[in-house]
Amino acid sequence: MEFNAIYVIVAREFKKFIRERSRLFSAIARPLLWLFIVGAGLSRLVPSDTGVSYTQFIFPGILGMTILFSSIFSSISIIWDKEFGFMKEILVAPVSRLSIVVGKALSGTIVSTIQAAIILALFPILGFNLSVMQIIAVILICAFTSFSISAFGIVLATFYESYESFSVIMNFIVMPMFFLSGAMYPVKLLPEILQICAKINPLTYGIDAMKHVIFKFETGPMSPDIPLIIDAAVIIITSVIFVLIAGRAFERKG
Amino acid sequence: MSIIKVENLVKRFGAITAVNDVSFEVEEGTIFGFLGPNGAGKTTTINILCTLLAPTSGKAFIAGHDCTKESAEVRKAIGIVFQDTTLDKDLTARENLIFHAYLYNVAKDKMQQRVDDVLRFVDLYSRKDDLVKKFSGGMKRRLEVARGMIHWPRVLFLDEPTLGLDPQSRTNLWEFIAELPEKNKVTIFMTTHYMEEAEVCDRIAIIDNGKIIAMGTPNELKKAVGGDVIYIKTTDNASAKNEIERLFKFNVAEKESEIYMTCGMGDTCIPEIINTIGEKVISVRLQRPTLNDVFLKLTGKTIREETSSGDDIKDFVRAYRKRH
Repeated sequence: MEFNAIYVIVAREFKKFIRERSRLFSAIARPLLWLFIVGAGLSRLVPSDTGVSYTQFIFPGILGMTILFSSIFSSISIIWDKEFGFMKEILVAPVSRLSIVVGKALSGTIVSTIQAAIILALFPILGFNLSVMQIIAVILICAFTSFSISAFGIVLATFYESYESFSVIMNFIVMPMFFLSGAMYPVKLLPEILQICAKINPLTYGIDAMKHVIFKFETGPMSPDIPLIIDAAVIIITSVIFVLIAGRAFERKG
Repeated sequence: MSIIKVENLVKRFGAITAVNDVSFEVEEGTIFGFLGPNGAGKTTTINILCTLLAPTSGKAFIAGHDCTKESAEVRKAIGIVFQDTTLDKDLTARENLIFHAYLYNVAKDKMQQRVDDVLRFVDLYSRKDDLVKKFSGGMKRRLEVARGMIHWPRVLFLDEPTLGLDPQSRTNLWEFIAELPEKNKVTIFMTTHYMEEAEVCDRIAIIDNGKIIAMGTPNELKKAVGGDVIYIKTTDNASAKNEIERLFKFNVAEKESEIYMTCGMGDTCIPEIINTIGEKVISVRLQRPTLNDVFLKLTGKTIREETSSGDDIKDFVRAYRKRH
């Protein structure tokens, strides 16, 4: 792997992220709308017998949503790079395909984790009392989950040639991933077939891990669905698998 | 020494043979031109040399490295300016170059200096912190040439570098390209379908339907068409014609009150002719064959006839590559 190449791929993405303020604002606005409008509305319907309001319950899910959208968006920029030719500049360089994929995945990781951290900073408003250790743990989970989702996004991007496919990806992959991730409702309450769908969704494990860290209860309908150790294992294993698949796909398709 | 060596290269896309048994060599430090109409196989050849495409059969070497087996070594040795812009328009000129320098592992202590040097070289230093989206077509091309030079490549590929540029930028770019080999110790491999642009080349290969149909220096190729044509207007065309035919054994013809003849070296013939019929001469002009004439003679068509079949082949190849 070429670390110079990985560094500069990340640096480019980060620079563009800083420059495009509007992208940051809209990226932050979406989770806020869900948290304070959808969350506030639904919290009237959902009884909070576990001592957690619905808005509090979806907080890990909203962090997951922030990660999902910004990671996929960052990876999908590969399609833009292909469309505008810049990808060719990267592909003819003496750089391994794996470095390009790792660089892109790390770009998504950094940008997503920053956005998730901004949303996480709202925790006092939502009535949480998080310790420094909890905050660090959540940020780490966000970073690892972002890496896995970004790598998944790169795999997607290798299959699409033009940005018209963007809406297809958004509607048929990203939205279902969000709804079937335990973000808005506990996985254990879903019908069995949807539970299976949720279990093959890497985002489910990231959000579940955050529930372990943020909530103090381990039982009841709103409790985490999966043991923390499995969450961690799945996130790490899927990261590796997606990076390898993306590297392969790049090697073949360019 | 040959820096590029291509042996019996073949590339098929399904039923279409884009490159058909092409062989050539390029001397280090020269400008080599690949000339041909759209869809002739120029870009496919470049893509194989740049390790972006694997050939169906045949071999290609750059600086002694096999383009199929040693792609990393080949990539380090080459710089490329593609037909379409491959700059990041949302970054500044300088940022685009720095990006490239990192990708090609240019030493950090030399990077800043090198980037500034190439920017000055293409005369874009004063615009270094402007976003590329504000640049004109000619500036973008110059920036891409600068970028291709950053890592001290031994061969610089230019695929239709003046495509879409206005005439003035085109002339400027060619003057600049002509100076590259000497100033930078680099070999240039370029493609074009503009005949007049190929004149800057030291050697030219003319390619049509995937095959090389002629190769040589621009002068050699033009000589193959039959040499220069001298047109002379005189006070007495008939006697001038007789005199020239008698003394020089040229075939002289008359058209629109001028007499004209074909000869090998027009520059040296003219003084001799003037010396014999000097007092009768009103005006003299010399017409040299162009590469267009060469192409016309070899293929029976002019290169500007952008044959729809050429564009069809391009579309086919593009679609084929997307599917596979």
